[in-house]
Amino acid sequence: MADLLVEFFQWAFGVTLVPWLATIMGIVVGILAIVLPLLIAVAMSVYMDRKVWAGMQMRRGPNVVGPWGLLQSFADGLKLFLKETIIPASANKFIFLLAPALTFLLALVAWAVVPFDAGVVLADLNVGILYLFAISSLGVYGIILSGWASNSRYAFLGALRSSAQMVSYEVSIGFVLVTVLMYAGSLNLSEIVMAQKDVFLGVNGYWFTPLFPMLIVFFISALAETNRPPFDLPEAEAEIVAGYQVEYSSMAFALFFLGEYANIILMCAMTSILFLGGWLPPLDWAPLYIIPGWIWFFGKIFFMFFVFAWVKATVPRFRYDQLMRLGWKVFLPLSLLWVVLIGFFLLLTDKIPA
Amino acid sequence: MTYFKHIARTFLLSEFVKAMWLTFRYMFRPKATINYPYEKGPLSPRFRGEHALRRYPNGEERCIACKLCEAICPAQAITIEAAVADDGTRRTTRYDIDMTKCIYCGYCEEACPVDAIVEGPNFEFATETREELFYDKEKLLKNGDMWEQEIATNLKLDDPYR
Repeated sequence: MADLLVEFFQWAFGVTLVPWLATIMGIVVGILAIVLPLLIAVAMSVYMDRKVWAGMQMRRGPNVVGPWGLLQSFADGLKLFLKETIIPASANKFIFLLAPALTFLLALVAWAVVPFDAGVVLADLNVGILYLFAISSLGVYGIILSGWASNSRYAFLGALRSSAQMVSYEVSIGFVLVTVLMYAGSLNLSEIVMAQKDVFLGVNGYWFTPLFPMLIVFFISALAETNRPPFDLPEAEAEIVAGYQVEYSSMAFALFFLGEYANIILMCAMTSILFLGGWLPPLDWAPLYIIPGWIWFFGKIFFMFFVFAWVKATVPRFRYDQLMRLGWKVFLPLSLLWVVLIGFFLLLTDKIPA
Repeated sequence: MTYFKHIARTFLLSEFVKAMWLTFRYMFRPKATINYPYEKGPLSPRFRGEHALRRYPNGEERCIACKLCEAICPAQAITIEAAVADDGTRRTTRYDIDMTKCIYCGYCEEACPVDAIVEGPNFEFATETREELFYDKEKLLKNGDMWEQEIATNLKLDDPYR
């Protein structure tokens, strides 16, 4: 990227860039190239969410603003932007405003290591998957800080529920990641994707291996991790009136909202990278490689997001004790058992990666 | 055996898959809702919407300022002042309905001996300010002129039951 920029400046303005400036500019351009499409994707995913949800309830969904209602999210964003930011009198102002910014920031920062195509990644970390895991764990802070700083019992209850829930499901997500790592033999996301090439019968992706149950566990944990229905207890409109977000309005609320959807898309991207073969086409068949990798990747994210919306339209909300039971008594033992089973399987079939 | 069946059902998520399949099929069903601003549902002839003051076909106001509507109005939304007009008839000089108070019970319509005050089929009269909802005689007569055809049809349809 930096070399390209140097060349571009030479060609367009006849100036030679200083190397460090070129590097910084290259990074900024890379960040913009990820963040801007991501924000548009977030707006579109809100629209798609509402459309799918409406369709399954035999409604029409947003269809007035723009063609087929495509601009609905932008209209909503504009509305939020024009509203007044209300800070409760007894709130801790600094933390109150820090929390949504943190949530939004963390949701964006995680995208740095996501490979969109072979070699198309902002930071090709060797421990990319640990980075993702760490960032998604930090997401709890935005929520618990907002709940505490709002100085409201609904917000605090919502934040407590949310942090307990996210911490619980991270445990099983961790073990699911371990099974994938054992299979792929790398922590680098690009290498994990490449390891999924032609795993069995010419199918790309780990979903076609004994890892399939882990895909289900990962998906359900991702639902819990992003506070999506049926695990949307932190916001539970009916009981604690939107939980940690109660006191937020205007842009502060919009940041939470954007962060939440950016996280959902991130989880969809993680599922497609870890199990569905990232930018690889679904079958290891030459003509399919003509379609660029990033289109396959976006197609997979799109599909996963559809499933997220689909589940939202299908399943009623869990009770809190059921949620905790599922996390600690079902998913944790199951994923732990699978770590052991996969270990044996790799040992017996002599497939342990070098 | 039932125990194993239960375990299998739990772990294979069969009920979950069935539910997902159900909602997926529902996505392709015809929509239950109508495309509202462009498409509207049917209204009964008895529908009680926006008020209107009617005229006789020769253009004479029907209202005789008997104040029965004002008396019966449970929300006390109607204010009437009366005087003798130049031609010696009793007429309203003021006929106000506070639409923010009105509960659309239709008693005024029922009380009226000359079918002057009626509730028409229009329900899309939202305004941007509160003041616009304080209807005066002029506005009500204008409504009457605008909706006369629909109102007359509705009254005729409902006539056998009154």
